[in-house]
Amino acid sequence: MKNGAHISVRAYAAVFAALLALTALTTGVAFVDLGGGLNNVAALAIAVVKAVLVILYFMHVRTSDRFTWIVVGAGFFWLLILVGGVMDDLLTRNWPGR
Amino acid sequence: MNAQRREHYLNVNYGVRSWLLTTDHKRIAWLYLVSVTFFFFVGGFFATLIRLELLTPQGDLVQAETYNKLFTMHGVTMVFFFLIPSIPAVLGNFLIPMMIGARDLAFPKLNLASWYIFIIGGLFTLAATAAGGVDTGWTFYTPYSSIYSNTHVALTVVGIFVTGFSSILTGLNFIVTIHKMRAPGLTWFRLPLFVWAHYATSIIFVLGTPVLAITLALVGLERIFGLGIFDPARGGDPVLFQHLFWFYSHPAVYIMILPSMGIVSELIACFSRKRIFGYAFVAFASLGIAIIGFLVWGHHMFVSGQSVHAGLVFSLLSFLVAIPSAIKVFNWTATLYKGSVSYDAPMLYSLGFIGVFTIGGLTGLFLATLGFDVHVTDTYFVVAHFHYIMVGGAVMGYLGGIHFWWPKMTGRLYPEILARLAALIVFLGFNLTFFPQFVLGFLGMPRRYHAYPPEFQVLNVMSSAGASILAVGYVLPLVYLIWSLRYGAVAGRNPWGARGLEWETDSPPPTHNFDTTPRVTESAYAYEKEPEEIYHFGATAHV
Amino acid sequence: MSDVITVRAHQFDDLEQQHEASWIGMWIFLATEVMFFGGMFTGYAFYRAAYPQAFAAASNRLDVWLGAINTAVLISSSFTMALAVHGAETGRRKALIRFLLLTIVLGAVFLGIKFFEYHSKFEEHLVPGHSFQFEGLLARPAEIFFSFYFAMTGMHALHMVIGIGLLAVMVVKARRGRFSTGYFTPVELTGLYWHFVDIVWIFLFPLLYLVGRHL
Repeated sequence: MKNGAHISVRAYAAVFAALLALTALTTGVAFVDLGGGLNNVAALAIAVVKAVLVILYFMHVRTSDRFTWIVVGAGFFWLLILVGGVMDDLLTRNWPGR
Repeated sequence: MNAQRREHYLNVNYGVRSWLLTTDHKRIAWLYLVSVTFFFFVGGFFATLIRLELLTPQGDLVQAETYNKLFTMHGVTMVFFFLIPSIPAVLGNFLIPMMIGARDLAFPKLNLASWYIFIIGGLFTLAATAAGGVDTGWTFYTPYSSIYSNTHVALTVVGIFVTGFSSILTGLNFIVTIHKMRAPGLTWFRLPLFVWAHYATSIIFVLGTPVLAITLALVGLERIFGLGIFDPARGGDPVLFQHLFWFYSHPAVYIMILPSMGIVSELIACFSRKRIFGYAFVAFASLGIAIIGFLVWGHHMFVSGQSVHAGLVFSLLSFLVAIPSAIKVFNWTATLYKGSVSYDAPMLYSLGFIGVFTIGGLTGLFLATLGFDVHVTDTYFVVAHFHYIMVGGAVMGYLGGIHFWWPKMTGRLYPEILARLAALIVFLGFNLTFFPQFVLGFLGMPRRYHAYPPEFQVLNVMSSAGASILAVGYVLPLVYLIWSLRYGAVAGRNPWGARGLEWETDSPPPTHNFDTTPRVTESAYAYEKEPEEIYHFGATAHV
Repeated sequence: MSDVITVRAHQFDDLEQQHEASWIGMWIFLATEVMFFGGMFTGYAFYRAAYPQAFAAASNRLDVWLGAINTAVLISSSFTMALAVHGAETGRRKALIRFLLLTIVLGAVFLGIKFFEYHSKFEEHLVPGHSFQFEGLLARPAEIFFSFYFAMTGMHALHMVIGIGLLAVMVVKARRGRFSTGYFTPVELTGLYWHFVDIVWIFLFPLLYLVGRHL
């Protein structure tokens, strides 16, 4: 079957509405103190949900083959490796050691 | 005989435009071959000046600032304009479509664009060289590169930035080609290990190079706009630069060695007339090297201010990455056992590779050991280690491959006796150049200095003497290979009796590689079978 | 539209192989772009963790409403882009062209607002370099924040300009009847690129505009 097969206009519209709502949500939540660094988590989580919606629906990954999923996953996973390694250094700089 | 009048990819049309506007992967391979050979000798020129300076303990040939430029330009030219492109863009381009039974790569025009991008990047860097060069080391550490150096940093990083896209597009092309264009019956585990090696290399091209690009772009922006991201005086952290730089530049060394390992697999199998022992292990080891290779970059930063915790993690992971390489060495050696071994020039390079790569790899483990690294970091021990891999490993593999596939690419045989002699000269010259450097480093001679204490002179003289022998070893193939284009014996389809789809078509091949699409029914290196039992060319023609 | 003759490039065996190769080739390119922008996201994360108060103070100097409006604009342009591809998929050329043009307009609006923001920052002396001014002890890391702000949104804007260029080319080709239900790969791939640029902004907005707004 052809990659990126048909997704309905209704689905697109629903995703569009969700994306706008999530934008409003993330903007609103930013002004509320969620305590204990949760604001950061919330902002990132909402952004991830938005990105996933765009990828799955607008970019047709929902109806694509496994190779496409692997390429998408690899890109983000590799970025995590870079961020993870760098942050590991920064966040352990003051750890007790020799 | 009609051999001279047969049409093939070299004589199908003539003229500069037919070469500069070609989309034939085989012609593009030649464009790269000429280009990378040029850059190799430019880098070699800088190396010559370095070794001349280091004949004497005093800094008496060039000033210190000039010496800094010499080792920088040597590194930049060799790494970015020779080692990284060489095997993939020359042999990978030429062979991958043929090895999988395809007519070309997935994106031939993108392939040509890759070469032009490479050349444009090279021109920027040559311009920077002509204008006085760069003195930051090929590693461009900040804040020296981003603020204090008075040399042409911006111009050089633009050149490297541009050339990086050549790599990225080549890697993209290879991945898509290998996934989508294999001939019928050519399943993944029937592929030659050369193809696996380039697939693994392409993963690194695609996921690593962009990080180098953005890092160098940030350095350029810092220089031009005075940003301060890496300036400690303004809250910046130079160690961040090092993280970003080495995230690419460590996997880059696997870009340089994996293709060479792919060549060695092909050559060892052919000149032992045996299947590679543990084929699947070697294939997975290639992927393992590529993936684990992305997890170890901090071992270049043990003493730069990285946290101890990070140092420990990177040290452990660096030990792990040695395992797949060791698996390959064991498997190549096991392939030789009870094989019918012959010692043609390509095999001499391969055998040399195994020995030299083992030394280089083992010394890598020394360097991965935190305590030992603190002692030898930034000494000639490190210089020796990476030259054992890059010159002993990558370059010797490259030369072995050029010799092995020369008859296929040109339809001519090179002079075998001379080639074996050159291989021996390379091997001897190489070891004489770089082994003394292990000793020098251990004794404490720092790298990147144009003067040294007098007690190190004897070893330095040995090293420089070795370099002059090595130079002879490199010039010889340049001469006799060019000579063979006109005067070499005409080669048949398969002068080595090797197994592989590339040997089942003419030498030189027709533009479309195969007259009909082959079907493959056996895995690679089936030396116990005849080619007709493995590769089936039916009646249906594909154009 | 179905009278269009589709050319199969010689290296491919059939149209399906060609489409699959093009599709996955574009995705691999987008993976490289994730790593390209990712380098800057990494640097950003590093300094935000190192200087949380400075980053909050600096972020508060950005106009959150312009940022939110721009986010809505870009999301809308992704919607119109998806509809454009849908138009190509269903053979409706007029819809395809209309939605491509709408996407271009929305992209231009985004860039217009961005330009206005850059101008304001210049007037407020928040452009890193000699003229940078920021009150208090947080000045130096605040300058780092603005370095990343300009580098990341600037690189994003550059990608948008390229995207608008690609969209314009698609409009021209669509007008000339180059696409059919059997072949609209360039539109599809342009869509993938455009959506990716949207995703980058989806992360840039909260990371740059919404730091410490609750303080």
